[in-house]
Amino acid sequence: MKALFVPLVVVAAAMFVYAPIAIANAPYESTMLLVQKVFYFHFPAWIAVTAGLVTCGVASAVYLFKGSARADRIGAASAELVVIFALFGIVSGSLWARKAWGVWWQWDARLTMAFLLELIFCGYLLVRKFGGPGAEKLAAAMGIFGAATAPFVYKSVDWWRTVHPKTSVMTSLTSTPGGTIMWGVVWFCAGAFLLLYVALLIARMRLQDLRAQIDQLYLAAED
Amino acid sequence: MSKRVAPILVSLFLLAAPLLAQQPPSAAQDGFVPANELPPGQQLPAAPFLIGAYAFFLGLMLFYLWTIWRRIGKVEEEMRALERRAHGGGR
Repeated sequence: MKALFVPLVVVAAAMFVYAPIAIANAPYESTMLLVQKVFYFHFPAWIAVTAGLVTCGVASAVYLFKGSARADRIGAASAELVVIFALFGIVSGSLWARKAWGVWWQWDARLTMAFLLELIFCGYLLVRKFGGPGAEKLAAAMGIFGAATAPFVYKSVDWWRTVHPKTSVMTSLTSTPGGTIMWGVVWFCAGAFLLLYVALLIARMRLQDLRAQIDQLYLAAED
Repeated sequence: MSKRVAPILVSLFLLAAPLLAQQPPSAAQDGFVPANELPPGQQLPAAPFLIGAYAFFLGLMLFYLWTIWRRIGKVEEEMRALERRAHGGGR
């Protein structure tokens, strides 16, 4: 994993350097014009959140049912990345909303559920930090339930009346002039975000591994 | 100090969010006009929001990388201190 870190960072950094050029050259969306370009980082941030949710959910389940300490460390690292990327998704969405809807925030289904998702994973991190002995198992359960909210967050725009565009807006964009180029740029940015996610996961795992080593050293010192 | 202030701030935030959520709609929301249908003079410029979003991303990532680097540094320092103590105790 550690050997992958440097190549991943280099490729992700190159993609993030090129991303603004690709975004600037992408065609304007016909109704929102310039501010729609927030989408090129907003949507990929939620793709990274989804990757984090899946990783955290699976790792938490493996830890709970198999007792794998490594899975626990992966779950903890992923949960922190979910908080970071979801924070960016919420803030970038709010900035976009201020221009497009005239308000910073609406308590509609999608936005409220995204906010609750953020709170669940903040809770996960707080439980791990202050929960005392056994907190890892409690946090793992939170990780599984937190990951289970992902489909509800995604489908909320279809199931409830909301100011946020429906999921079908994605496919409708492809049929617009320049839609293919727009989607090409979106998936390019999504690729950059996923590489960044993996690189950060490796860095965060290094911290978790070191903490595990130090716990071992303390235990050895006590014996 | 920060250990005392942080729980208070988090509690206030958690209490304030539901209170804000249940605010009755303001007069402005009653007479809703889509933002893109406002006269050009009343529309907000898009560039500050766009630049703000990308700047926030850059700032957030740099801050997060700094926190990881700082935490790894602290743990490594703690490991070195433990090793020094172990060697000192062994003499």
